[in-house]
Amino acid sequence: MEILLAIMTGILYAAGIYLILRRSLVKLIIGIVILGNGVNLLIFLMGGLVKGRPPLIPEDGNALEGIYADPVPQALILTAIVISFGLQSFAIVLIKRAYKVLKTDDIDTMNKTDDIT
Amino acid sequence: MTVFLFVILASFLFSLLLFGMGQKVFKRMTWFASLLPISLFLYFSSFAKPIMNGEVFNFFTAWVPSMSINLDFRLDNLALLFTLLITGVGSIVFLYTTQYMKGHPKLMRFYVFLSIFMGAMLGLVTSNNIITLFIFWELTSISSFFLIGFNNTESSSRKSAIIALSITGLGGLALLAFGVLAGQLTGTYSIAEMLQSPEIFANHEYTVYLLIFIFLAAFTKSAQFPFHFWLPGAMKAPTPVSTYLHSATMVKAGIYLLLRFTPHFQNNSYFFTTLLIVGAITMLYAAFQTLFKTDLKGILAYSTIGALGIMVFLIGIGTSASITAAIVFIVVHALYKASLFLVTGTIDHQAGTRDITKLGGLRKVLMPLSIAGLIAAFSSGGFPPTVGFIGKDLIYEATLNGGLNPTVLTTMAVLTNILMVFAGLLVGVKPFTGKQPVELGRIKKPHFLLWFMPMILAALSLLFGLFPAMVESLFTHNITPLLTGEASPHLAIWHGFNLIILLSAITIAGGIALYFLWKPSHKKESSMIKFNVWSPKSLALKFADLFQRLSYFLTRTFQNGYLRRYVLIILVLLTLVFGVHVFVNPRIFLSVKEIKELNWNEIVILAMMLVSVIFTVFTKSRLSAIAGMGVLGYTMCLIFVFYGAPDLAMTQFSIDTLTVILFVLVLYRLPKYLKLSNRTNRVRDGIIATSFGTFLAFTIIEIMNETPIKSTTEYYAENAYILAKGKNVVNVILVDFRGFDTMIEISVLAISAIGVFALLKLHLKKHEK
Repeated sequence: MEILLAIMTGILYAAGIYLILRRSLVKLIIGIVILGNGVNLLIFLMGGLVKGRPPLIPEDGNALEGIYADPVPQALILTAIVISFGLQSFAIVLIKRAYKVLKTDDIDTMNKTDDIT
Repeated sequence: MTVFLFVILASFLFSLLLFGMGQKVFKRMTWFASLLPISLFLYFSSFAKPIMNGEVFNFFTAWVPSMSINLDFRLDNLALLFTLLITGVGSIVFLYTTQYMKGHPKLMRFYVFLSIFMGAMLGLVTSNNIITLFIFWELTSISSFFLIGFNNTESSSRKSAIIALSITGLGGLALLAFGVLAGQLTGTYSIAEMLQSPEIFANHEYTVYLLIFIFLAAFTKSAQFPFHFWLPGAMKAPTPVSTYLHSATMVKAGIYLLLRFTPHFQNNSYFFTTLLIVGAITMLYAAFQTLFKTDLKGILAYSTIGALGIMVFLIGIGTSASITAAIVFIVVHALYKASLFLVTGTIDHQAGTRDITKLGGLRKVLMPLSIAGLIAAFSSGGFPPTVGFIGKDLIYEATLNGGLNPTVLTTMAVLTNILMVFAGLLVGVKPFTGKQPVELGRIKKPHFLLWFMPMILAALSLLFGLFPAMVESLFTHNITPLLTGEASPHLAIWHGFNLIILLSAITIAGGIALYFLWKPSHKKESSMIKFNVWSPKSLALKFADLFQRLSYFLTRTFQNGYLRRYVLIILVLLTLVFGVHVFVNPRIFLSVKEIKELNWNEIVILAMMLVSVIFTVFTKSRLSAIAGMGVLGYTMCLIFVFYGAPDLAMTQFSIDTLTVILFVLVLYRLPKYLKLSNRTNRVRDGIIATSFGTFLAFTIIEIMNETPIKSTTEYYAENAYILAKGKNVVNVILVDFRGFDTMIEISVLAISAIGVFALLKLHLKKHEK
């Protein structure tokens, strides 16, 4: 499964990058979201896959023992998910605004500041 | 010490004060600015007596001792000479400007720059620390830049200013290199203490670099061939600036540097030989150029370059006689050249032109000015009894006894001097003699200061000529031994009949003859233009142009304003890095075991992921793309659930849902989901994206074969409950161990939320609708 997920990470990256290279703003944002998923998966894989053993200390114990999923990548990913939500929500609203003013979502028409008066 | 430091900084503080006064108040009291140079002149004069008796004043305060940069000032006789020149000529120029630029709307700004320049120059000549010397050196370049470009509405002024700044700035960098290298080699940044390591400057592995750097610094600043061309351009500045910076003081900073380091290099014959050659080329080249100029300031610019060449040439001869000659010539040149420049300025101010072919007969109206011009021209030509005569005598004495080849050296000096006589007469005498051309019209009498200031300088030329003992006791008596270790020759106006007098007579006669025979004209000036293609100036400009076009090209290629281009460049480079790595170390492990062990639920997740990704990328509807993206997020959720990350699963689930809702709510009114790019671009992007993904996957597989280091994980696993009393380790990490990071993260989210709210609430302005 690790190897298949590694390949899946590659696919997510490829899909994200392809969409980022599009001219449509909406595709750009979707691309960033997919790329973000790819990154999260990558970090998750780096911690090693452990099935069904979350990093929870048992009721009667004082520490994690035996086999357990790595909590450090999980903490990182949790942060990443939340932050990327901040980015996405702002970007989405910004697109809407840009469209209202410029009547387009083509990035190539947005690279000059002079057109907006 | 504090007093001296204050004196050095006074000019800078004063410029701030002027700035605070504002243009309007300042306009009514322009004389006020002149108080600065006059009081500084008086202050430095007070040192004259003890320094004449051989005292040296040191002022030391640690500044950045860890880097050996200290406020270390040293006032010896050489420094005194320059401080008196700077403040003395400064006083004259400050007063002259009050009338010359009367009513100019930016007069205050002019004085601000002039004051900054004066402070920088004073710091430069009194610094004993090579790094502070560099700082003041650069400050003079910068203030010079603003003064050359003072008429900033003219493009030629701006261009000249930029050329001057690039050339002198280049030299400044060389000076820094020299200072750091010399400091590292000798172990001290104090110029005086460097003298204790003569071997570094004479014969060391790195001596050649020291030479290159100091030459670059001095030659650019003092306008030596082939770096001379910024100086004629600098004549775009108002005449007081040309007088002060580009003739009497700043351009002598390079000469000062060379003189200051003459004792250090005294056993280095390359130092002196180079100076001799460069000085000789410069003085002959520049003096020859004066023949073809018609602008009075152009003539003065080239004769200044010639004079600087003579100084470098004299230092290059390296005997006590030649050093003495150089020092006297510094004084001589400052007096007559400043005087001639001011005379030119007044002519320009009254007659409205500086074209020598259009000027004549001005003596009737400008009688006192013509006397000043005459005396200055005589001093420039070395006529007795001006101080110029003594200077010229000393030059010939130096060349006749100067080591290598006295005949050649003397011939070059005579040739140069004949042309200098010519140039002096042309500027100081020609405009006043003959008939006044009709085109000039009626010329008004100038304000008293406009003729009195050049007159003072001319009078000093005469005074020092009549009493050469003043120059000797004030300067050469102490400076020559300071620099060469030998006593200076006695200065006198009359040495009896000898070869030197004969040479002087030849020079003067030759110069006068040339003055009467050679008439400058525009035709002659334009005949020289065809040689300009090969002049150092046009070569330097071509280089600058090439450089500029190269950077335009690079900017346009890499930063063309399209996001895709930036992303592409980064990605192609990264893909290459990954690709090379994968091809160099192919370590791919794909086993059948992996496939056999798959559960049905794992297969389902993978299939769902694959389908949703492909669907999202290729769908033609925006809503479906968003839906696909949502499904992808949920499959991520499932992976987190299966592999022991319930917190992640919950977060991913809620965030993914929110994102999709937001997307749909906000974007439902956007235009049709268009295919904007053509097929070629899509294929190209597809190839790049796929290869990047492929190489990345290979690299991940390779990394997963390494044994990870789990020490951080183990620390959290052991201490989560013991230290933080929490049983969910992920939560404990976030809210406890890394609580501060989480707080910042929340702040970021809050900022983002405010931004979203503001953008949603912000109504469109009328013209945006």
